[in-house]
Amino acid sequence: MSAITQLTLTAVRDKLATKALSAEEATRACLDRIAATEPKIRAILHLDGEAALATAKAMDAAGPDPKKRLWGVPVLVKDAICVKDAPTTCASKILQNFVPFYDATSVEKLKAAGAVILGKTNMDEFAMGSSTENSAYQVTSNPWDLTMVPGGSSGGSAAAVSARQCFAALGTDTGGSIRQPAAFCGTVGLKPTYGRVSRYGLVAYGSSLDQIGPLTRTAEDAAAILSVIAGHDDRDSTSAPRDVPDFEAALAGAADLSGLTLGLPEEYWDEGVDDEVRLACRQAVDAAGALGANIVPISLPHTPYAVATYYIVAMAEASSNLSRFDGVRYGFRDPEAQSLEDLYELSRTKGFGPEVQRRIVIGTYVLSAGYYDAYYRKAAQVRRLIRQDFLDAFQKCDVICGPTSPFVAYPIGQMAGDPLQMYLSDIFTISLNLAGLPGLSMPVGIGRGSGLPIGMQLFGRAFDEATILRTAKALGEALPPLPDEPAGLA
Amino acid sequence: MSITAAQAATIAKLARLRLDDDTLEAFAGQMDAILTYMETLGSVDTAGVEPLYSPVEHATVTRPDTVARTCTREDILRNAPATDGQFFVVPKIV
Repeated sequence: MSAITQLTLTAVRDKLATKALSAEEATRACLDRIAATEPKIRAILHLDGEAALATAKAMDAAGPDPKKRLWGVPVLVKDAICVKDAPTTCASKILQNFVPFYDATSVEKLKAAGAVILGKTNMDEFAMGSSTENSAYQVTSNPWDLTMVPGGSSGGSAAAVSARQCFAALGTDTGGSIRQPAAFCGTVGLKPTYGRVSRYGLVAYGSSLDQIGPLTRTAEDAAAILSVIAGHDDRDSTSAPRDVPDFEAALAGAADLSGLTLGLPEEYWDEGVDDEVRLACRQAVDAAGALGANIVPISLPHTPYAVATYYIVAMAEASSNLSRFDGVRYGFRDPEAQSLEDLYELSRTKGFGPEVQRRIVIGTYVLSAGYYDAYYRKAAQVRRLIRQDFLDAFQKCDVICGPTSPFVAYPIGQMAGDPLQMYLSDIFTISLNLAGLPGLSMPVGIGRGSGLPIGMQLFGRAFDEATILRTAKALGEALPPLPDEPAGLA
Repeated sequence: MSITAAQAATIAKLARLRLDDDTLEAFAGQMDAILTYMETLGSVDTAGVEPLYSPVEHATVTRPDTVARTCTREDILRNAPATDGQFFVVPKIV
């Protein structure tokens, strides 16, 4: 692995700014790394190497711009997010040839900050899944063990960052899809507060749950990306009319955690968690205590209802959001369609994969006449109770802490036959999306039995990403680092 | 709640999906398991609880009613499966 791709985002950014490194060299280093690792991990759906080099060369000719906070930094973008003139497939056949004529707001902001977009990463189809196995195109492998899943749905982004193919990647998180693959692949993954980052240009899955966020190697790198992509956007009516703090400045000097109270919800630390996961996370909590944090027990009592609540809400919203894929204006149209009915039914049935069809059908059911109150409205009521659990808990602590996943990455194909089992594995990540609060997963060690990365989550109050980033930075520096080269790539 | 293949077929029609019998059978079984699991919400006391449909509860956002051109006809037709250059073309409806 080259010395360049070994660097963190903030380190490479400094070298680029002082011309110790050119934008072309940085892009080339990533492209070389991609060429060396893609046959093993298959994280990328679409690579724009030539365009990226051309952009980088043009930037070098103009010289570093101190006003551009990501000048020359190569990044990847999850394929659910529109990048102008590049394919955006959402890893679905139904969007196989779809090329947007606009950039998502978050992509616009990355480009305006000088980042070099290398291409689009693999994901579960329409972000529906927790392993990236639901991609219609390819299966991505975990760089730590190529027989294991990278997690999902942002598995391509997580694997790419873990394998040092880029310095950061954008992912999306509707029920844990940034945080869980970050945990499985040993990276940092941040889901901002709902409304912190514009959803304009993100192909919608669950509109009240979706957020775009960074996957990076360190908390400081995540702060750098968040500072750029966050902000109010007129084109997203759910985007928060709030100023964006300088998250990087908020992290400066964060070395100890005195004055911080960490809450451990009993429901996240029970016998449902694998021993090696609980051990690694407990050791991280002890390290936080050694840094001066006050540790208190708390409860999030509606946790047992979170999976059911989430899936009713998410599937209902998905069934509505995916009704736009009808073969009329874009996407796959079945050439055999004779009637309008054929057009809709054949295009959708042939274009969508089985998991997507399953969720559309269940979502349609829970919204249908006679069932709306029993399922969807009821779930929305429980959602309020889940959110209230968090608000109550934040009276007693500043940051809530627990494992990201009950277990580490598992073999590709293992969960294939059992959708419900897959849904239940999201137990620790989904409540955050229901509540709309920010959360981050950080690597806290390698499992003693499995040899695979373990992630721990930090949840914060609404719009308080700064506190969880500060905590992650201090804790990350206190814990032993993960090995430089993921074991599967050695 | 027991879902039959026939019920699954009705729902699939609403969702504009055309599923074969084997798929409907499989879906009905999976839906059964998933919906049974979702029914655990029935044991939560939600009397008097306002539904929370979105974490954002601010008032409806409006903008001035002015015309703005943000894209061209070519942009919009760019990904069309069938077009005559002016419109999206679909099978005859009436």
